[in-house]
Amino acid sequence: MGGLQAGPVERVEHDYQLWEKRVDALMVLLSRKRRFTVDELRKGIESLPGDAYDRLTYYERWISSITSALIHRGTISIEELRAKLADIEQRPDGPKVGTP
Amino acid sequence: MMDNVTHTHEGPDPHAPRPDHDDTLTHHKRLEIAVRELLIEKGILTADEIREAVERMDARGPHLGAKLVAKAWVDPAFKARLVENGSAAAEEAGVQMDQPTRLIVVENTPQVHNLVVCTLCSCYPRMVLGIPPDWYKSRAYRSRAVHEPRAVLAEFGTRLSDDVTVRVHDSTADMRYLVLPMRPAGTDDFDEAKLAALVTRDSMIGVTTL
Repeated sequence: MGGLQAGPVERVEHDYQLWEKRVDALMVLLSRKRRFTVDELRKGIESLPGDAYDRLTYYERWISSITSALIHRGTISIEELRAKLADIEQRPDGPKVGTP
Repeated sequence: MMDNVTHTHEGPDPHAPRPDHDDTLTHHKRLEIAVRELLIEKGILTADEIREAVERMDARGPHLGAKLVAKAWVDPAFKARLVENGSAAAEEAGVQMDQPTRLIVVENTPQVHNLVVCTLCSCYPRMVLGIPPDWYKSRAYRSRAVHEPRAVLAEFGTRLSDDVTVRVHDSTADMRYLVLPMRPAGTDDFDEAKLAALVTRDSMIGVTTL
């Protein structure tokens, strides 16, 4: 990316949402427990298709990358993930459920 | 009856997708919930650990970097240690470094201006500045800071004379840079706390001066 042509730097900032902070926390804690590395995070992000890279927000890329690495490592399985997502889908309160 | 038959959708389309409010459960938010819950169920993480990590992150911010800068301004011996070994000096000043990364402090002088970027992704001295601003992670900043730093600086309102050397530091996962800005003129009688209040986040990234 360094050295590519690009437009002006848009000085945008936003307060991170709680879910984004939790993605960050997952990264920090999993690295500390040696169940994930920053290199895997980067590899996962760089393996995203170009259009996904541009379309996704920063922490969306992170959670995508963390999820693939955990599946790849066998920490969680695709079946478990699928079942969990289906379960979340059924919850009445959506985002408020499962907040630590 | 007639009213119903002629009913048309005036104004906003009632069937339009909901705007993306913070509480909309997007695919990626679901993914975060799913992964987090699975990790907790498997005993790999606990909910408390996650909460504490978020709290620690919230507690970190530019005030920590500003404290180091102000201390360096008033204490030349500390400044020497800070530039020599940023991580050790920060620990000494009571700023906890809980990442296996080196903090490297680069000093601005009348001859040299330092600018920090991460062309790979978003490496940032989070232990002393908190989470990076969005623009730091943007394509535009990451690609242009290395090949036209003066143009990027100008966009931040920073104009340096041509005889000032601009050094751009590309961060990595292991090496995080913090700029030690020059102490502003007219602050000779300021104490450390008053000096720290002058130090902005952007000056420690190097996109601005004080």
